[in-house]
Amino acid sequence: MRILAFIVVCLTGAFLLYGTSEFPDWGDPNSPASLHVAAYYIEKTYEETHAPNFVTAVVTDYRGFDTMFETAVIFTAGIGCFLLLRDFRGKKEHYYHHIPTGVILHIKDEKKSLTIGKEFGYMDKEWVPPDLINKTVCRILIPFIQIYALYVVAHGDYSPGGGFQGGVIFGSSLILLAISYDLKTLVKRVSERLLGIFAALGVLIYAGTGVLCLVMGGNFLDYGVLAPLFPGMADHIRALGMLVVEIGVGIAVMAVMTIIYINIVSEGRHDEGL
Amino acid sequence: MSDVLSLIIAKYNYWLYVILMMIGLYGMIAKNNLIKKVVGMNIFQTAIILFYVSIGYKTNAGIPIITTADTAHGVVVKAADYINPLTSCLMLTAIVVSVATFGYAMALAVRIYQRYQTLEEDELRMRLSEE
Repeated sequence: MRILAFIVVCLTGAFLLYGTSEFPDWGDPNSPASLHVAAYYIEKTYEETHAPNFVTAVVTDYRGFDTMFETAVIFTAGIGCFLLLRDFRGKKEHYYHHIPTGVILHIKDEKKSLTIGKEFGYMDKEWVPPDLINKTVCRILIPFIQIYALYVVAHGDYSPGGGFQGGVIFGSSLILLAISYDLKTLVKRVSERLLGIFAALGVLIYAGTGVLCLVMGGNFLDYGVLAPLFPGMADHIRALGMLVVEIGVGIAVMAVMTIIYINIVSEGRHDEGL
Repeated sequence: MSDVLSLIIAKYNYWLYVILMMIGLYGMIAKNNLIKKVVGMNIFQTAIILFYVSIGYKTNAGIPIITTADTAHGVVVKAADYINPLTSCLMLTAIVVSVATFGYAMALAVRIYQRYQTLEEDELRMRLSEE
């Protein structure tokens, strides 16, 4: 099997390498990919949309319909993870630790439970006490990571950034919280219901902007017709439309990343994880 | 021999991506563990992403964000001064979608492990034939 796979791979690689001899040189400004529509994007984007970042303008304006379905793909992946893994059955046994003394309590009756507070803390089989240094460093870092994420989303059309990148950074800050403390801390602060609503809300903002453009009498996702809603911003109306759409993408990506992480590490039980 | 060598040097970027892509393909075909197959798929995707980004590169060009000097009225923006935004934009979405598909694949792997207690392909086939 391995030898067969090696032969197949070598043959495919040889064919691909043979094909590269026809490809344009490294850094050739006249390569076919850079000639037709790409040159148009570079030369006309600022004139037409007033967004200095060409990549964002192409992603959310010229190719906005494509990006809407990319967002829908991410949303579907989050929903798929939830449906595959989510397990609503509670655990039969509960472990707690008594914080002042460090005594571990094992409760076998599934109906009884202790309130979590200053006296008792959660515990499970793989539980290790969170490290003080990790906890403190992450507690200080997380707000800055989140502010940076918001900056990346908000400056998507002026500097490198956008909804996808900002959403991933925000989602990773939530994942960092779950890693440095424990999964329960994250689930308690950001509930599952909220994440699900956010994931759907992001796609809804994107599609809703498109429908709003239809209602205002333009084409789907044609931000130019939104000018009456933002008086005095007629010049930058397309950049503003992009910003709204980017916010939607950011919310959806943030929520989906967190949903995927929570479901995978706890096998859908949302109680114990990494 | 020197012809082949000069060919490799002229197109060395493509050679690197093809090699990376073939590593991923080999992982997908030959590895027995499902997680390793998924990792192979991710390497494959990375090779394609690098390939696209390198196509958009232009010598002596800047990042595709307009400079303040060019925003003044009457200045003609030249396509040769900025790298191709189209390929970067296609790959930007591809990266996030690949993360989402990777997460979904991991979820599938977790379910398979819950049910069959293994991720090795031959053992899985054995368990399936036993049922």
